Amino acid sequence: MSNYDIFFHKISLIISLALLWLMLSGHYTPLLLLLGLLSVLAVTIISSRMKLITYDQPILQLYFIRFIPYGFWLLIQVIKSNIDVCRRILNPKLPISPRLISLKSSQSSSFARMVYANSITLTPGTISIDLDGSNIEVHSLSLEGAEGLKTGKMDKKITDSEAQPYV
Amino acid sequence: MTAIEILSGILVILGSLSIIVGLLGVYRMPDFFTRLHAASVIDTLGTILILFGLILYAGLNIVSIKLLLILIFILITTPTAAHALAKSALHGKLKPMTDDD
Repeated sequence: MSNYDIFFHKISLIISLALLWLMLSGHYTPLLLLLGLLSVLAVTIISSRMKLITYDQPILQLYFIRFIPYGFWLLIQVIKSNIDVCRRILNPKLPISPRLISLKSSQSSSFARMVYANSITLTPGTISIDLDGSNIEVHSLSLEGAEGLKTGKMDKKITDSEAQPYV
Repeated sequence: MTAIEILSGILVILGSLSIIVGLLGVYRMPDFFTRLHAASVIDTLGTILILFGLILYAGLNIVSIKLLLILIFILITTPTAAHALAKSALHGKLKPMTDDD
């Protein structure tokens, strides 16, 4: 990574931290603004001394933006499967058939694979319990949940958002 | 009461109900891994509904932005915690109850 890249990463870290501070503080007197500036600089200096600003993704602070449309799709899936799990809990017969399945993930970056494993766990009814390279072990509460994951729709959506050209 | 206040009240009540359903699930499920599934209903549907209700109640200001950030952080951290629990249970030789037939 060149010096220019590291400088660019530092600037983008300072800007995103400052925006976060301004958003969370709500007080804009000179003293508090000065303290905010000092804390932003302190965090930047500490994270560059810890060598955290040598990340292999293009501009860490903006990389997640390409996953935002996927996030809305995921929200709908989460609500659907929540309703399904709630039905199973409230059914007196408790119609569950837990099983373990193994999935292949087709993402190339570790960040996107993290998004995939976390999405599986966030959806009630399926939990990712082990990751080994591109293999994901999943524990599913029902046959339908396992079949839904095996179609690979979620995997494809994440791979598509990962490959988007912007940012 | 305005329409938005009533809507936010309904969302908070629905969120509380889904937390009760999740708790009932934790009680009814037969083993550790299936209990985790029931607990994730609380983490997702419960927090999404309650925090959306509070965001509607707060209106568009600094409070609602903070609530939105809280929601995003909860939705990132709870699957991580559930994964850590499940993985450590599996590596601690706890066999998941399966129903393959």
